[in-house]
Amino acid sequence: MGGAEPESDGRRIATTARDRVRFEEEALELADQVYRVARRLVGSREEAEDLVQETYARAFRSWRSYTPGTNLRAWLLRILTNLNIDRGRRVQRSPDFQPLEEGDYYLANKVAAAEGEQALDQERVVERLSQDGIVHALADVPHDFRDVVVLVDIGEFSYAEAAQILDIPMGTVMSRLHRGRRILKQNLAEETLS
Amino acid sequence: MTERDPCERCEELLQGYLDRELVQAEVDEAERHLNGCIYCRRRYRFEATLRRYIRTTASERMPEGLKDKLAELRGLPGA
Repeated sequence: MGGAEPESDGRRIATTARDRVRFEEEALELADQVYRVARRLVGSREEAEDLVQETYARAFRSWRSYTPGTNLRAWLLRILTNLNIDRGRRVQRSPDFQPLEEGDYYLANKVAAAEGEQALDQERVVERLSQDGIVHALADVPHDFRDVVVLVDIGEFSYAEAAQILDIPMGTVMSRLHRGRRILKQNLAEETLS
Repeated sequence: MTERDPCERCEELLQGYLDRELVQAEVDEAERHLNGCIYCRRRYRFEATLRRYIRTTASERMPEGLKDKLAELRGLPGA
């Protein structure tokens, strides 16, 4: 950089202002995707709205700590999941006390037993699972597991992104996802097939 | 080493397969089994449909007006 003219203060301020506006615009474009994840992490629409607003307030304040060109959606979700944990989600049932869940094919096998193997080929089967049934079944998955299931299955984040957002190792993402989905299927089977 | 039950192995790979998180050798292994096993193929279809269905039904649009509220937060003084 030797020999380059030092940037004038005026120009630097203008560049900073432009970077900031660009950051804010990009963040706002992701609002719907951020909300969709938030909505399934908390119990009500009001809580989800509050959480998203707190997230954006913090993001807009600390926009300088975001590195342009990196994954902004993951960056926002990291703020959001941290805020959500800070809000009193610290008390958790220990994962060790969860009942032992069934295998990955559990729900499919239940459906096959109830309606026959061919039923699995038909899209109709899952339509029996009502929207409320799915929402309740997901809400009943313990937090630690649900966070990962929501990030991957609703937010469509990769395992690596979920690990980054929750600040946990990738192996933990995989084991929580695995168990979380099994618990979800057990809940779905109880809600819809019993 | 004893030969593992191939359907059990497929069940183990299936979620990662649906998530596109397997390495190529595992993808090949899963697909080889799925091509030849109607039992697992049906479960694969079921899982794929279930996954899609959960994604669409549990996904709720942002409420009207929230984006405007967020836009009002722009320009907050830095931390």
